[in-house]
Amino acid sequence: MLYRENGQFKTSYAADQQIFPIAQDRWAIIGILVFAFVAVPLLVDEYLFRAILIPFLILSLAALGVNILVGYCGQITLGAGAFMAIGAYAAYNFHIRIEGMPLLVSLLLGGFTTAVVGIFFGIPSLRVRGLYLAVATLAAQFFTDWVFLRIPWFTDNSSSGSVSVSNLHVMGWQINNPVSKYLFCLGFLTIFALLAKNMTRSAIGRQWMAIRDMDVAAEVIGIRPLFAKLSAFAVSSFFIGTAGALWGFVHLASWEPAAFSVDRSFQLLFMVIIGGLGSIMGSFFGAAFIVILPIALNQILPVVGDLTGIEISTAGISHAELIIFGGLIVFFLIKEPHGIARLWSTGKEKLRLWPFPH
Amino acid sequence: MGFFLETLIGGLMAGMLYSLVALGFVLIFKASGVFNFAQGAMVLFAALAMARFAEWIPAWLGLQGSYLGTAAAFVIAGAVMFVVAWLVERLVLRHLVNQEGATLLMATLGIAYVLEGVGASVFGDDIYRINVGMPKEPVFLFEGIFPGGLLINKEDFIAALIAAVLVGLLTLFFQKTTTGRALRAVADDHQAAQSIGIPLNRIWVIVWCVAGLVALVAGVIWGSKLGVQFSLSTVALRALPVVILGGLTSIPGAIIGGLIIGVGEKLSEVYLGPMIGGGIEIWFAYQLALVFLLFRPQGLFGEKIIDRV
Amino acid sequence: MNLRKLALTASLGAVVLSSLATASAVAAEAKEQFFPALVYRTGAYAPNGTPWANGYIDYLKLVNAKGGINGVKVVFEECETGYATDRGVECYERLKGKHGGATVFQPLSTGITFALTEKAPKDKIPLITAGYGRSESSNGAVFTWNFPLLGTYWVGADVAIQYIAKQLGGVDKLKGKKIALVYHDSPYGKEPIAVLEELAKKDGFEVQLLPVAHPGVEQKATWLQIRQSRPDYVLLWGWGVMNSTALREAQATGYPRDKMLGVWWSGADPDVKDVGEGAKGYSALTLQDGADSNSKIVKDILAAVHAKGEGTGPKDEVGSILYMRGLISAMLGVEGVRKAQERYGKGKVMTGEQVRWGLENLNLDQATLDAMGFAGVMRPVQTSCLDHMGSSWVRIRTWNGKKWETTSDWFQADDKTLRPMVMLASGKYAEDKKLKPRTPEECNK
Repeated sequence: MLYRENGQFKTSYAADQQIFPIAQDRWAIIGILVFAFVAVPLLVDEYLFRAILIPFLILSLAALGVNILVGYCGQITLGAGAFMAIGAYAAYNFHIRIEGMPLLVSLLLGGFTTAVVGIFFGIPSLRVRGLYLAVATLAAQFFTDWVFLRIPWFTDNSSSGSVSVSNLHVMGWQINNPVSKYLFCLGFLTIFALLAKNMTRSAIGRQWMAIRDMDVAAEVIGIRPLFAKLSAFAVSSFFIGTAGALWGFVHLASWEPAAFSVDRSFQLLFMVIIGGLGSIMGSFFGAAFIVILPIALNQILPVVGDLTGIEISTAGISHAELIIFGGLIVFFLIKEPHGIARLWSTGKEKLRLWPFPH
Repeated sequence: MGFFLETLIGGLMAGMLYSLVALGFVLIFKASGVFNFAQGAMVLFAALAMARFAEWIPAWLGLQGSYLGTAAAFVIAGAVMFVVAWLVERLVLRHLVNQEGATLLMATLGIAYVLEGVGASVFGDDIYRINVGMPKEPVFLFEGIFPGGLLINKEDFIAALIAAVLVGLLTLFFQKTTTGRALRAVADDHQAAQSIGIPLNRIWVIVWCVAGLVALVAGVIWGSKLGVQFSLSTVALRALPVVILGGLTSIPGAIIGGLIIGVGEKLSEVYLGPMIGGGIEIWFAYQLALVFLLFRPQGLFGEKIIDRV
Repeated sequence: MNLRKLALTASLGAVVLSSLATASAVAAEAKEQFFPALVYRTGAYAPNGTPWANGYIDYLKLVNAKGGINGVKVVFEECETGYATDRGVECYERLKGKHGGATVFQPLSTGITFALTEKAPKDKIPLITAGYGRSESSNGAVFTWNFPLLGTYWVGADVAIQYIAKQLGGVDKLKGKKIALVYHDSPYGKEPIAVLEELAKKDGFEVQLLPVAHPGVEQKATWLQIRQSRPDYVLLWGWGVMNSTALREAQATGYPRDKMLGVWWSGADPDVKDVGEGAKGYSALTLQDGADSNSKIVKDILAAVHAKGEGTGPKDEVGSILYMRGLISAMLGVEGVRKAQERYGKGKVMTGEQVRWGLENLNLDQATLDAMGFAGVMRPVQTSCLDHMGSSWVRIRTWNGKKWETTSDWFQADDKTLRPMVMLASGKYAEDKKLKPRTPEECNK
């Protein structure tokens, strides 16, 4: 009843092409943004910030990157963790080796470095695809794991191979408490998400999707696979690398290569598949699902155990967590292989007709 | 020279063990087009079942550490793997027919988590031992020719032999039995196979079952070598370059690929490692597979009709 | 999927969740000293993490059975980290504010320690890393919240070389020898390298570095290299399955086990029990003495905790090496609280900052330890504001195929080598972080 577009007429091309053609959507988005920027910092406690919201924001950014590559361009990757590592370590090196380097520039340079490396590791995609490509990206994963463990230059010759940063600030704004960290990451995510959304709606995004849907046909209508694929790798790596830099700088503050292991790559792929391939919204849903589920299970299971009188041990909880997590993944894939984003859009369709579905 | 030979032999034997895990991948991919990431978890699950039943059965029946207990444990662990295969088909694969490769791959990752969780909660989290009487001490051959002799690890040697026998049996099974032929038919074309009356679901159960048995053998060998614990599930990642190198659909490919990767890994670590810092085994195997992909995307023995881009 | 059903379940779930959350918040009001426990009972390192965790929890249960710390009851809550840094950080954030605030964190992971080192100062919660963590954090002037009590990896590396020198018959005999370090390729495994290289320069031996990738099940090439280069000694710096694998590979390549020496994390029961006879002759450092299954404290635990059916783990594990290390770690935290109560009021709940004072003024002499039942388990520890390590008593124990036997006298780390390195490394840290080191005057405020 409320969610209806009757009476909203588009009178210009600009109005026809805007991101959210329905007025209610626009208001909802503005509402969410206001809520996220203004209300959340006032309402939420520190634990939620540090353990859930900040990881969620950063991993959403990474998931966006993965979704561009996997969802929009159809190139499967299992090396996203590696690209996060590259972003983090590149940003670290820019940050400490160049005196007075502004934080924002370091982070973005981290992203750019990752983009360059991403193009390099994207070259196999010109020859192979599918599972074979997945394994090629795994090669990138293991190689970077090794590089950052073994080449001391990248870790500023620290004896343990672990690096840390502190005193983060942007133009006099100290990023040291959870709220500022949250706002900083939220700002990044908002801008990058807008960028991603617009990119996928523009010529380059359509090229990616054409390649994804049928590469031979795409080539016939004049799309250069080389450019399309490598640009997808570059953009996706840029996103993932920036996310990696944020993960290291803002979330962990001190990290080692194990923070970006192959498990992280799997996790990111889970996010986009569960969230919905080829959907910006889906990246957020997926990240939220994957970040919150294990933590929620971890909190709920002991309480459930108390209520039912069974004491569940720590080990038992994490076993149950594994089982439920795996089970839910399979369940989702069976029930809704297109991810949560599809559920969302079906919901919206239904809402449009509500309350008179016939 | 002696050392080079030792490294080579060590690599070949490690490679044989990789092939065992790779075989599991290939079997399932051939029959159902699923790239089974859960193979590592299956190895762990099977080994855990085997190790624990080998402990429990003598305790229940009052036997004293006899081979009978171990044999019974092997049979029961095999039965457990059959149940796993049946459940996987019933609960997961049946509902995911005709989905994309990536979806299926994710589903197997989900299965892997479930198997790891169930395995750990039913069988425990500790290190368990599988004792099938493998000799642990090395033998030294040709001490006259090479200074210090040529070291051969008996345990690895026996393991490699078992792997070779298993491969032989599987090849026979695929080539000569009716079920084997049905499996190959399904691999070639699901619909055509179905239309001539081959029951797809049963075939899948069978092939997951066979993969489960292969996982059990791999688990017993690795478990007797390393002890049965959680890290066993990571051997799947070590076996991935093997299947890529050998081709996803070829059983001999898995074997040859395993040998090449095994030898390549050890030689690179021993000769190249010290120059650039060591610990290069894993990525070297992957890079080897990657270089290979660039020139021969279908792998050594894979089917040629792979979509080349 | 039926949307209405989904929405219904979701909202129901949300309601249940929020009511549970409020329920647990209400329960947290009581006045108790809270000991968070970051543990790992699952995953690749579970066989080693579990006994440590059981010892840690059992000691806290014992404290409560004896009436608490001067009457203050101890509460504890476990959180599973799986030895992963990001989960450890999440656990830290989750537990640090519960039950009136965490007393002290003991993550049992060098990687997590690195991450928490950045967070603890802001939250004012001390970090005890008994026998692991950052080696330079023994300098309390810079690392004001880290307590690597009883020993750091640099101590371990130094003592290992001292022991080898003694075996050879003098430090001068080290010249020209070759020592291989087989290490877990992580911050943990890399810690000793700096000291070994320093000592190699000084004593004229050669170090061969052989990294082993996580989780350490693939070591064939490593041991082939050892067979080729034939080092005089092999130092093993592993954790979890890497240790037993190393011993098996040593057996398989015929490297003499009596030339192998492990750090204290590579010398526990899970590491050798499955290798059995094959590990005979293998030696490892001890952190303090640690495990004496006839000591009074073990009997106390058995009587006051296990006999009542409240034991955390299996009974036969009590007194084993890693169990005792967890127990000692818990004891150090509890004693920090007790010491703090002496200054800030007995029978009160201490804050993190007060506990830090307690930990900095810890003075456990032998008589106190013996009275607590730690005779034969621990040697004296005395910390100060600048020395956060306390003491570094190390012995060697050797596996005889069936059990561990103590085979050497006490060693202590050589301060002449380590002190300058600690000062240099911590100075660099302070400079990077723009920290001003504390002066002795500030300590007593």
